[in-house]
Amino acid sequence: MNKRYNLGVRDTKNTIARYKRSAADTAIYVILTVMMVLWVFPFVFLLLQSIRGDITGPSYSIWPKDNNFTFQKYIDLFNPEGIKLSDTTQTFHFVNWYVNTLIVAIIVALIQTIIVLMTAYALSRLRFKGRQALMKFMLILGMFPGFLSMIAIYRILQALELSTSIFGLILVYISGSMTGYYVSKGFFDTISHSLDEAAMIDGANKNTIFWKVILPLSKPIVVNTVLNSFIGPWGDFMMSNYLVGRASDTSWTVAVGLQSWISQTNVPYFFTHFCAAGVVISLPIIIAFFFLQRFYVEGVTGGAVKG
Amino acid sequence: MVDLEYLSLNRFQKIGYRFKKFFTNIPKAIVRKAKSVPGFFKKVGQKIASVFGVVVDAMRYGDWKVRLSYLMFGFGNLTNGQVFRGLCLLGYEIVFILYMIFFGGQYIADFGTLGTVETTVSETGFSKVGDNSFNILLFSVATILIILCTAVVWYCSIKQAYTVYQMKQINAKLTSGKDDLKNLGNKYYHATLLSIPTLLLTIFTIVPLIFMIFVAFTNFNNLHMPPKKLFTWVGFENFTTLLTGQGIGTDAAKFSYSFWVVLAWTLVWAFFATFTNFFLGVFVAIMINKKGIRLKKLWRTGLVLTIAVPQFISLLLMNSMLNYNNIDGGGIYNAILQFIGLPAVNWLGDPWMAKVTVIIVNMWIGVPFTVLSATGILLNIPADLYEAAKIDGANPFAMFAKITFPYMTFVLGPSLISTFVGNINNFNVIFLLTGGGPNLDTAMASTSGQTDLLITWLYKMTVNNQQYDIASVIGILVFIVCAAFSLLAYANIGSVKNEEDFR
Repeated sequence: MNKRYNLGVRDTKNTIARYKRSAADTAIYVILTVMMVLWVFPFVFLLLQSIRGDITGPSYSIWPKDNNFTFQKYIDLFNPEGIKLSDTTQTFHFVNWYVNTLIVAIIVALIQTIIVLMTAYALSRLRFKGRQALMKFMLILGMFPGFLSMIAIYRILQALELSTSIFGLILVYISGSMTGYYVSKGFFDTISHSLDEAAMIDGANKNTIFWKVILPLSKPIVVNTVLNSFIGPWGDFMMSNYLVGRASDTSWTVAVGLQSWISQTNVPYFFTHFCAAGVVISLPIIIAFFFLQRFYVEGVTGGAVKG
Repeated sequence: MVDLEYLSLNRFQKIGYRFKKFFTNIPKAIVRKAKSVPGFFKKVGQKIASVFGVVVDAMRYGDWKVRLSYLMFGFGNLTNGQVFRGLCLLGYEIVFILYMIFFGGQYIADFGTLGTVETTVSETGFSKVGDNSFNILLFSVATILIILCTAVVWYCSIKQAYTVYQMKQINAKLTSGKDDLKNLGNKYYHATLLSIPTLLLTIFTIVPLIFMIFVAFTNFNNLHMPPKKLFTWVGFENFTTLLTGQGIGTDAAKFSYSFWVVLAWTLVWAFFATFTNFFLGVFVAIMINKKGIRLKKLWRTGLVLTIAVPQFISLLLMNSMLNYNNIDGGGIYNAILQFIGLPAVNWLGDPWMAKVTVIIVNMWIGVPFTVLSATGILLNIPADLYEAAKIDGANPFAMFAKITFPYMTFVLGPSLISTFVGNINNFNVIFLLTGGGPNLDTAMASTSGQTDLLITWLYKMTVNNQQYDIASVIGILVFIVCAAFSLLAYANIGSVKNEEDFR
């Protein structure tokens, strides 16, 4: 419509502007493409190594010789008898590692979510003596390196006869989960208090308000907490290596096992298995992310905005 | 400087001014903090006075039931009809006494010496079981916490008894046990929610932490492993060993040198790791979210992949891909470099190159996180800001420099500090990539390497070398560094946001 009134000069100006914009866009596309290649290349490499049939050790080429592709590595991984590749290497039970990690991650995700939400709710919406002190105390506690206390924790677990079992590991993961209340508290802070008041007038006590009123409204933060609590133990190396790393390989977690595959002695036999295992381990999380990315972003930004 | 003068400065002067202001504000903030200290002590003093006030008043004005409550927890409640509360308090006392007699007492008695009798095996193979310093220290810490807890319960018992006595005087109705239980879902709901998490935190975090803080003042190391060799208190010796290099151990000088090298690198690393991630992340987020850029979802998904793949996989993979050897290059990156005719690079073996490499790989790991959070914030910037700027004739670059970037820094600024502290403790990237190595500097302790952070060095010392004493000192120093940076940051942010605004 406006075009009719446009004079030639305006037209040229617009063209120049459009040209400038498209140049900037092109530059952005180039930068993003380069970044994407750099970012995704390691994972493409991982995927290709996991299905190549010509080698077992680390490779210097991306593509296998003679297009020799195979899914043998994946079949090996899920062999219940374990994997043994040469006379010098011991037998590794990947299936056990995978199941162990799955058990740990699922139990931790459930319990940790409940603990985090309970703590966040209490600190956000209830007012009691020592609330500020408790928050400050947890802030200070968070500044100590967590690993510092591992040898004492190990002794306590020994007393409970759990020191090298995955249940000890679960205890260690969930014990500190209270201090991760921050993001959820920020979320609870923003829910209007008139809801509580309305429920209270209807005769609900605080317990009912928490479970029946607030939690159903907090789906994004619940999903976010579950996701984070699952990813934590799923990808943790430090704690699991210290605890179950001492036991026989059937009670290892994937992190401990995969680290042993990449060690000097094992890497010539197990590198491609490591890659296949990497794919199998990453897959559940990638799928979860694909569906739940929205909630994850919510958690990340929620915490940031609240400062 | 008034606002008008500030506005008349050019861009660089403005930056300089703000930079100067940041540092001139630090002493002010410290003074402000220092000024609040007397008030804090006054408050604590008042609190203690009020506690003693109750204890003294109850003794002076209470009847014999209240006075007996000093010895027998909950007696006042029991005899005045509050059976439930009384039984709880009494039950606690009985459990406490049994605990002290059968378990805690023996450990706390040896707390001063950490044990004197070593376990010995005679030639006939008959072993004589002695003390165990480790158990003595650990269970002493637990017992001390329990004693402190008992002191609180004791105070509560007296206060309860006295309150009940006063209520009886005026014939007020006492809360029944049924009411108490009901209140757990209402008035005392915080106690219901927080009791189990706090208990877990105490057993598995607080007790071990206090234990390790105590270990910093002992000689618990590979030469003193109980029960064969006991360890004992050595005061501040470990601190002087590490900070000045003057200690009894043969490697004191090496330890001290290593410590300063590692500390310096930890701070340099945390600085670069934080800021490279922040700037690149914000930059990429802005590019992806620019109007007219297509395939937004694709770009974002590609980045999210690094978040979704567990770090131990991506970093161990990276470790192997960055391999180097003289013959055929080593890992895939060197193979590619050689393919296009460049020399292979010793990514992780050369001290300087390793430092650069870990920072670059950390960008690969960390930038997606910044992109995600920055995206959320970008979408929240009020659109009218841009419209106003457009009307005033601002070009895109000016809009970026004047609106987008300041806004991002404002919102993400506080989280930068926690990222910085997080990077000081970034175990995964360093440990899985370089393992702290290489260690080419012979003046350094054999346990440390040139890309070691304090936290990875601590890990290696604990797991491989059992030098718990020095490791504990390092842990305490890490805490001090983190706390210092956090305080500095909070002081400069000024007023911490007011929670009650949301209500």
